[in-house]
Amino acid sequence: MIDACDRCLRRSHLIAFLAADVERLLPPGRAARADVLEAGDDVLLAAVGSARRESAIAYMAGFDPDAARGRLEVAGLHAACAHTHLFPAGLRDLRQPPPVLYASRLDRLIADEDSRAVLIGSRRPSEYGRTVAYRLGRGLGASGVPVVSGLALGIDALAHRGCLDAGGRTVAVLACGVDVAYPRTNRRLYEEIRRDGAVVSEMPPGARPYRWLFPARNRIMAALGRLTIVVEAAERSGTLITADCASELGRDVAAVPGWVTADVAAGTNGLLRSGAGVVTCAQDVLDLLYGVGARSVPEPPEQSLTPVEASVLELVAAGTEIESLRVACGLAPGELRAVLARLELCGLVRRSASGAYVTAA
Amino acid sequence: MIARVRTFALEGVDGVPVTVEVDVRPGLPSFSVVGLPDRGVREARERVRAAMGNSGLKFPQQRVTVNLAPASLRKSGPSFDLAIAVAVVAADGKLPRAELPDGVCGELSLSGAIRPIRGALSIALAARRLGVRRLLVPAENAAEAALVDEIDVIAVPTLSRLLDLLRGTWAPETAAPAIVSASDYEGGPDLADVRGQADARRALEIAAAGGHNLLMIGPPGGGKTMLARRLPGILPPPSLAEAIEITKVHGAAGLGRGGLLTERPFRAPHHTISSAGLVGGGVPPKPGEITLAHYGVLFLDELPEFSRQALEALRQPLEEGVISIVRGQRAVTYPARAMLIAACNGCPCAKPPPSCSCTELDRVRYARRLSGPLLDRIDLVCELGSAPPPRLAGGGPPAEGSETVRARVIAVRRRQTERFAGDGIAFNAGMDAALTHRRIAISPEAAACTAMLERLSGRGQDRVLRLARTIADLDGADKVETQHLDEAVGYRMSDPLQAAA
Repeated sequence: MIDACDRCLRRSHLIAFLAADVERLLPPGRAARADVLEAGDDVLLAAVGSARRESAIAYMAGFDPDAARGRLEVAGLHAACAHTHLFPAGLRDLRQPPPVLYASRLDRLIADEDSRAVLIGSRRPSEYGRTVAYRLGRGLGASGVPVVSGLALGIDALAHRGCLDAGGRTVAVLACGVDVAYPRTNRRLYEEIRRDGAVVSEMPPGARPYRWLFPARNRIMAALGRLTIVVEAAERSGTLITADCASELGRDVAAVPGWVTADVAAGTNGLLRSGAGVVTCAQDVLDLLYGVGARSVPEPPEQSLTPVEASVLELVAAGTEIESLRVACGLAPGELRAVLARLELCGLVRRSASGAYVTAA
Repeated sequence: MIARVRTFALEGVDGVPVTVEVDVRPGLPSFSVVGLPDRGVREARERVRAAMGNSGLKFPQQRVTVNLAPASLRKSGPSFDLAIAVAVVAADGKLPRAELPDGVCGELSLSGAIRPIRGALSIALAARRLGVRRLLVPAENAAEAALVDEIDVIAVPTLSRLLDLLRGTWAPETAAPAIVSASDYEGGPDLADVRGQADARRALEIAAAGGHNLLMIGPPGGGKTMLARRLPGILPPPSLAEAIEITKVHGAAGLGRGGLLTERPFRAPHHTISSAGLVGGGVPPKPGEITLAHYGVLFLDELPEFSRQALEALRQPLEEGVISIVRGQRAVTYPARAMLIAACNGCPCAKPPPSCSCTELDRVRYARRLSGPLLDRIDLVCELGSAPPPRLAGGGPPAEGSETVRARVIAVRRRQTERFAGDGIAFNAGMDAALTHRRIAISPEAAACTAMLERLSGRGQDRVLRLARTIADLDGADKVETQHLDEAVGYRMSDPLQAAA
């Protein structure tokens, strides 16, 4: 599925070509970053030094749109420009829509227009934030609400992961080319999203990520969803840019309440104070999207848990350490390990980086 | 006149024969040593001269040349002193025979007393291979050397006593072998001292039973070190051949206790150790901690604090059971068949959960500091909670002692010995990918469950299967059943750790 006009392809490749120069020339502060995209080709070319201008002009002169389409075809990627019906409608609301949207699977993106939720948050979340992000992702995935996020470390990754674990469809919006797995830590997650969901970007394949492209990417995330949910964000978090974009676009913004003493919740609590919707569970999201009570999160498929498994799960949910857990449920050490392993394989518990068991959803 | 005396040098942990030749001929009085001696050997000249003087002998006022053959072998250390002194006396015509059939080893003090040497057992073994009938060694080393049969070991206290012996005016008894304890107190620490932590005790037992390397994760004070120290006590006692190897290694490193070491060594190097300290090295090469832990346990506490270089150097010996070191023109091979136990905290701040403020990213970073190649050699990961309060821990029935656990481990090891007869390995952890598939029988129900293993990488699956095999062995089962597989999955590495590996 490749439907993009020559002009739009040209524009998107020029931006990619000049991305490094823009990074170098941008003044500090993030306000101006996405505005760069409003500048026309000639303004951009005038801003970079003469040497770069020469090479950019030479590059554009040698640019062959058909060859670019051929490369996309070979790589199995999709692309649509704003002038075609394949272009996601939500993006048209943007002041500066991306000239071309590249995607691993454009068909999946079009299929669930109008029902997407953006689930984003801090790259350094607390354990609480991680748990909430995963639960929301999972609940939304199970309810058939596609989860849009940014493949960043922390909340984004867990939102994607939760949605995938529930068999849902998730969309990762990247700041680099759709064939570039960045950050590298999330490489496995990236592969899974390419397989079961969709990866999209306004940058052509192969483009490297630059700092200024992330705020620009955030506007695409905001535009793709009907609702933007912030799980955890500090006072001056990049995540809030997405929330700002969403409210500018007239989309709903919601936030997960956090501890008032936690720095990492200052941004989300601030959003709530200024009137954002309150989200504590996937049901809240469904209520915000479709009206209260219109739809409900499907009951998780009946896990035929034995009484022992159920009581172990309860204890893990209460945050019990493994040794006290064993004493409390009266199992032999080996048996307890086996029970925990079964619960993990059912996706009911997971292990933190330090190896301790915590509840998954 | 020329005299010859047999002595021995250490190469790695093995003794190799060296012949000391001394030529005394008229000329300007001089004393030169040839045959690739290092500084320590050259210094023998002063010690021999003084010791002879203080033993009532006259040093020949002639031209004395000492050759240490074979000249191609680099020789170091003071253990040739005694042989050189005896050869000088013989070449001077003060002994009945100029060619001595006995092996002679020892360091001389200036007074003529004889000081202990390193590697007495290795030397005695080399002497037996060479067909030497009588070995003359320092008194402190006699009991260790006497462990070798078919050879008479005689303890010599001083140079003059030695000469009396060679002249036939002193006829001492041959030395008797001795068995000593490697640790300072009888039998080592007991597992019964560890209250609570049943989950970690179980992990330790599985590790011991199958020879699996173990990583313990938990807050400080949770008992990680306490548990690790008790591992040698639940491993089967070393066989005679193993005990001899252990003694050889310790003797060669100068850590011998003057007899057969019949307990498995436990080495816990500090995390500031260099890679040469850990796997051996230096000039002249010395065995490292992994070699000192041969047939025993190497415990690395605070694993992420070890230098990456040191940890990565460990990988090859852990895999192959030996470490070869090449320094300059010499290559030595040390045995290195140790079980690895590692421990680390769950997060960089190491505080218990309520007061810990580490983010998940901090934890992932901390986990990533663990060396991937090393984690690859670890089959079993167990996280410990903080220690139960003493009030709680004191109650309840006393925990099982080391002897009870050891009996189970020995039984399980026996099953494995039967299973791997002819495979060249002794326990489950030694299985490579091919053996893992050939030797592990899985029950049909469990085979249906192996689908869940597909989330793991190929090597991760093998690890879980090997571990499940050991758990089944502990259960006395011939086939791996579902519950064994489940339990093994419970001890596998968490995903962030795996991502690091």
